[in-house]
Parts: sequence; C-alpha cells; structure tokens
Amino acid sequence: MARATGVYHTSYRTDLALRQTRAEYVRLALALGAVAALPFLVSPYWLTIVNHIGIAAIAAIGLNILVGFTGQISLGQGGFLAVGAYTSGLLAARAGFPFPLDVACAVLATAVMGTLFGLPALRLKGLYLAISTLASQQIILWVVTHWEVVTGGTSALVVPPAELFGWQLNGDMTWYWVIALCAGAATLVATNLMRTGLGRAFVAIRDHDVAAEVIGVDPFRFKLLAFFISSALVGLAGALTARYNLIVTWERFTLDVSILFLAMIIVGGLGSVSGAIYGAAFMIAVPVWIEELSNNLSSLAFLQPDMPAIQQLIFGLTIVLFLVFEPRGLARIWQRMKDYFRLWPFRY
Amino acid sequence: METFIELSVNGLSNGAILALAALGFVLIYKATGVINFAQGEFLLIAGFVIWFMVVEVGLPWFAAVGVAVVVGIALGLVIERLILRPMVGEPVISVIMVTIGLASVLAAIVQIVWGTRPRPFPDFIPGGSVELLGATVAQNRLWAIGIVAVTLVGFTFFYTRSRDGIAMRAVADDQQAALAQGISVRRTVALAWALAGVSAVFGGALIANLIGVSGAISSFGLLVFPVVILGGLDSVPGAVVGGAIIGLLSSYTGGYIGGGLETVIPYVALLGILLVKPYGLFGQVRIERV
Repeated sequence: MARATGVYHTSYRTDLALRQTRAEYVRLALALGAVAALPFLVSPYWLTIVNHIGIAAIAAIGLNILVGFTGQISLGQGGFLAVGAYTSGLLAARAGFPFPLDVACAVLATAVMGTLFGLPALRLKGLYLAISTLASQQIILWVVTHWEVVTGGTSALVVPPAELFGWQLNGDMTWYWVIALCAGAATLVATNLMRTGLGRAFVAIRDHDVAAEVIGVDPFRFKLLAFFISSALVGLAGALTARYNLIVTWERFTLDVSILFLAMIIVGGLGSVSGAIYGAAFMIAVPVWIEELSNNLSSLAFLQPDMPAIQQLIFGLTIVLFLVFEPRGLARIWQRMKDYFRLWPFRY
Repeated sequence: METFIELSVNGLSNGAILALAALGFVLIYKATGVINFAQGEFLLIAGFVIWFMVVEVGLPWFAAVGVAVVVGIALGLVIERLILRPMVGEPVISVIMVTIGLASVLAAIVQIVWGTRPRPFPDFIPGGSVELLGATVAQNRLWAIGIVAVTLVGFTFFYTRSRDGIAMRAVADDQQAALAQGISVRRTVALAWALAGVSAVFGGALIANLIGVSGAISSFGLLVFPVVILGGLDSVPGAVVGGAIIGLLSSYTGGYIGGGLETVIPYVALLGILLVKPYGLFGQVRIERV
C-alpha cells in the first residue's frame, strides 16, 4: 500500500489515527453524504435491495472478523443467522419483547451459540474446522426445522412490526436509517477493533498460531473471543432480518447462505472491513441487476427460463475468478485505483 | 430381525457408494492437500452423462459408462490445470472457496443443459428383490455393494501394484522426496484428479440407480464429509470403514427412531469424532500443541 508522503508523525496517537490526510476526511464526508442521499435517489424496489445489502454487510463484517482477521474458517454463518433471527422473532412474537430488547437478546444468544460451536476450533484448524462448522450449520438448521413447539418447524414465523418509543418502524425508508445506523456502528466497532491489542492478537493467531502463543497470545481465549464477537454481529444481522422482513423462514438460513457470506468476504477482500461492505453490495446487487437486464433487453429474453441457473453460474464464476485473479478482492482493486490517482502521472 | 437385515443392506449399500465418493475425495486430498467440495457435482455430472448417453443417444451400457469415464477424466484434468494449480500456496480458505465456487458452476451448467426435472435412471443392474435370511432385500442394493467392492479392490491393486499408483503414494507421503526420486509431481497430481473423476463415475451411476438422476445426487455428496472425517481425511481404508459406519448409522436411525433424525445424525457423529479423535480412525495424526 502506498502511503501519503509528507505526513510525519510526532506521536503514537496520530500514527494510530484511522485517517491521516485531508483527502481521507474528504472521502469520509463524501461517503457519509452518499449514505444520507441514497434513499432519496433510488427507486423503492432498489431501496429494499439496499436495506438487504446493509443487513448483509453487518453479517459480512462479523464473518470477516472471524475468517479474515483471525483465520478461523466458518461454514456455519447461515445457522448463526438463524439463531439471531429466530431468537429475536420468537421473543417479539411470543413473549412480546419491545424492539431493541429482543435484538439485544438475539445478539447475546447468537454470540453464546457461536462460541459454543467454536469450541472445536480449539483443537482443529483449516479443513477440519471448515467441516466441523459445516456440521454445526446442518445441526442448527435441523433443530430449527424440527423443534416445532418453539420454532414452528418449516412453517413461517410471523413477527409483529417493531415499535420504538411509541413510533412504528415500518416502510423501507424508516428501516433504511435503522439499518444504516447499525451497519455504521458495526463498521466503527470492527475498524477500531483492529487498532486494539485484541485485534492484533487475532491477526497474530491468523498469521502463525504457534508464534502467537510464544509471544503470549492465548489461542484458547482469543479464538473463542473471535467467535463471540463475530457471532454477535451475525446475530445482529439475523435479528434485523427478522424485524425488517416481519417473517422468518428456515429457507433463508441454509448452507447456500453460509457460502454466500463467505463469497462476500472473498470478493470484497479477506481481512478488510470496507471489503466486507463492498462484497455484500456486489454479491447482492449483481444478481438483481442481471435479472433486471434480462427483463429489459428483449434480445436476452431467451435466457429467462434459465435465470436461476445463470445466476448460480455467475455466482460460482465470480468466486473462482476472484480467487484466481484477485485473491484480495474489491478492497485491493479500490486501493490500487486510489494509489494510481494519487501518484498520477507517475507510476510510483 | 427382518427389519434389521433390510436396514443393514440399505445402510451398507448407501455406505458403499459413499465410500466410493469419499475415495475420490481422499485421492485428491492425499496427493494435493485440497478438499474438493465439488465431489457431489462430479457424481451429478456422471449420473447425467450416463443417463443422456443411454436414454437420449441410445448407446449400450458399456459405451455410456466409457463416455462418462472420459468426461470424468477430462473434467478432473481441466479443473486441476485451470483452477487448482494457480491456487498452490494460497490459504486454506481460498482453496476451499474455489472448489465451492466450482461446485456452483458445475451445478449451474448441469441445470442449464438438462434442466431441474428429476429423471428415472434406466435399470442397468437387475431390479426386483430377493430373500435374504428371511428378509426381502432390493436386489440392486446388493449389486451396488458388489460393484463397489470390486471397484475398491481394483483401486487397491492400482495403488499397491502399478507404477503410477506407487508414485501417487510417494507424492502423498512427501512431495519433495518424490521429486528427488524422479517422479513428476505435476503429472501425479493431475492423475489424482483424473482418478477422482473416474471414481465419481462409478459412484454417480450407482447413486443415480438408487435415487434417480436429479440435483439430490449432489446433496448426497455432502454426506461424504462425515465419512472422510470419521475414516481420516488421508486414509483409503478409512473411507471404506467410514462409509459403512455412516451408512449403517443413518439407516438404523431412520428405521428405529425416525422423525428425520437420520439426516442430522451423521453430522452429530462428525462433531463428536472431531472432538474426541480429530484425525479420524485411520488418519495420520499430526502432533501440534497450540
């Protein structure tokens, strides 16, 4: 990564600051402005998509803390999303919990569940860990679909609309702000996490677990903490899905969903918070965009009957091509573009 | 007693096919250290190719299987060369994800070419049922066990007697030492992928024969994971024993307890094994204290 020239730090505080140049502050202001203006610029249909992207971004950031920063592979995100969604949905629908309280409970429940299923990570890594989380995905989903007394089995769980201080949260516009707030908070937490000793301990475990233990990072503690924090964010995303969609069905939490979230962080960039957001936007917006394209172009109409298969094909190809040609994802591409323009007209 | 024998035969035949699918998995893992999440799709493609050749083209059985073997070998080689070779030295997560992406691409291609409608598979082994120790047992299941046994014996001979088989074991054991002996590691790795394609042809044909040709075949392939973990990721006998145990376990659970528990019990077993014996029954134990 090219760093800005002419920036000299005289204290650790400025060296650790997230933003160091004026250009970075300008970009932050532009990004915040874009977030504020977005709901007024897009069509109602795309606003729904944007809301889904926001929720997915929260889960992707959570997953990236686990996979990208700590190096623990998890194929169980779908299951943890289900825990979050069902906890929040059931507390709201059956126990009548008020809005933010059920989400908080869901976050806690998912974090605990994630830590529990993270226990095998203490003895396993790499492929074995991937397969053990695959098993937890299948087990959680099986419990969700078969524990009919509580979850209602395969039938949908209807969630009452959320209410905050006597103010009904309904409509995409209201939810946009709720989701943007939560996603912003998740981004802030994750970015700052990486500046703390905790974040550096995660990275140390990812880079070399034996060396990490030698320098005093307890893998037992920090692996479980990574599972805890990551699952908490996934639980938040799950709870928001339940409250936003007003319905919870088990089909939204299958193994395919786990794979989709892994694809998001691969495409966005492993170990990059902003990458998780780019990845979530890319993996959700592109299929919708392809579908719109084939609806609008009559020359592509013959593709219509095969649409699900074509979307799946593009999904798979995206993963394969990114991994083969740009393993560090969209975040790296964006970084290269920024470097190019900053140094222009020189190459380096 | 009759139920017990029926369940045992069902479980053993499912387990035998799983063992065959797991074999392709273990072959690749041993030679290259790659976990192939697309193994289920290999089975699916094999099933569809054979179905297409027999029903639509009208080839006789042996020719159709021959075509499928060629397709399987070509598929394995192309994937190894184009996708897995650039991934050498990348982190585990990337290698896993690339095979998952591949699985998605292969499944989509099958869907575009042949659609999603399940097709009945033409009988190529005698159907009907026979009496076995007083129980009625589907004949094709017994045949499946027999065919798998023959195939596995064939693979064992290949491994212990043929030059390529021994080279493959050498590469699996230590790539550098194998290189020093003049074995071409690249060629051997390609061979492992080709053989995985071949084993998928036999597995795919047998599964399709039991459950028909449809996307369900690839989810059957997901059950390979409990099998290989139980047996040990890098052990060929482990794949056989693991297949039998998982097949019987889910068959007995389905028959005696029911309630859909049989779909989840392999994964519960998997988690239990991982916690107690992380490298499986026959896997090579890597001692590391972290």
